[in-house]
Amino acid sequence: MARRRKYAVLSIRPSEVSELLLIQVNGDRREVKEDTSLLELIVILNLRSEQVAIELNQTVVRRSQWQATVLQEADKVEIVHFVGGG
Amino acid sequence: MSTAAPAKTDRFEIAGRAFTSRLIIGTGKYRTFAEMKAAHRASGAEMVTVAVRRVPLDRSTESFLDHLDPSLQILPNTAGCYTAEEAIRTARLAREALQTDLLKLEVIGDQTTLFPDNEQTLAAARVLVKEGFVVLPYFTDDLIMAKKLLDAGCPAVMPLAAPIGSGLGIQNPANLRIMREQLPDATIIVDAGVGTASDAAIAMELGADAVLMNTAIAEAQAPAMMAEAMKLAIGAGRLAYLAGRMPKRLFASASSPNTGVVR
Repeated sequence: MARRRKYAVLSIRPSEVSELLLIQVNGDRREVKEDTSLLELIVILNLRSEQVAIELNQTVVRRSQWQATVLQEADKVEIVHFVGGG
Repeated sequence: MSTAAPAKTDRFEIAGRAFTSRLIIGTGKYRTFAEMKAAHRASGAEMVTVAVRRVPLDRSTESFLDHLDPSLQILPNTAGCYTAEEAIRTARLAREALQTDLLKLEVIGDQTTLFPDNEQTLAAARVLVKEGFVVLPYFTDDLIMAKKLLDAGCPAVMPLAAPIGSGLGIQNPANLRIMREQLPDATIIVDAGVGTASDAAIAMELGADAVLMNTAIAEAQAPAMMAEAMKLAIGAGRLAYLAGRMPKRLFASASSPNTGVVR
């Protein structure tokens, strides 16, 4: 009689598996969960939305569109603010 | 002829915006925010420039704009851009963040001298004017380039006096004077290279409509005092220009009568 092996079973429901996307933010590689919007990215980065502007793949994204704009793999994001200058 | 300073009626306009102050100043290089604010107040400037940069993501930064007097008109620049494309992208970002069409266009050609790349500046100006920006281009004091920039739709041109931050003053007064005489209706703002009050006065005497400066004030020993000096110098230079100076002569012309002297 074969011995029954006991297995520890991890039950992972498919909906809990979240894919990570690799994007670039201000020239640095960064991982974000899929379905992350630009607005969520600002929150994750702890930035004040009224003080920054965002460019996604070389196109400016208006603040009103941040929530609706979802990040994709290989997206290049530039987040800028104002500093002293002449 | 009125002897009163034409301060209240002598405004200069950029795209429908009227300014009483003919001094535009920068926000860079100050030792502290308090020093910057004091200098801004002392200068009487109504418009200040700011730069656009990536937000550092590894540390928290306070908001720079919070340190500016809210009554000031902000003029974003494209400093640090070396191509028309970079300048155009920076301009669009600045406009989105500030909700202003005003733009100081800078496209640099060389890191040591920070001289502008006039060709790329013109290319960027053409694109940005079409997109509705009010483009104030920084360029070398070249009459032909000034004409091209104005033809492209820039409401004013901003020739340099000397390299940015050099403090050398007006290096080519003849060029500025020629520009004013050949473009009598153009708005000319001398931008870059001013070092002390007399430089600003000379710029205005040559017919400039305004002067833009940053380092001359920020790197003075006492910035607020220098800011006030600049305000006065620009006022004096402007008045002298409007008053119409006497001609220069090679020989003397006596101020007292020639006859009746006791001998």
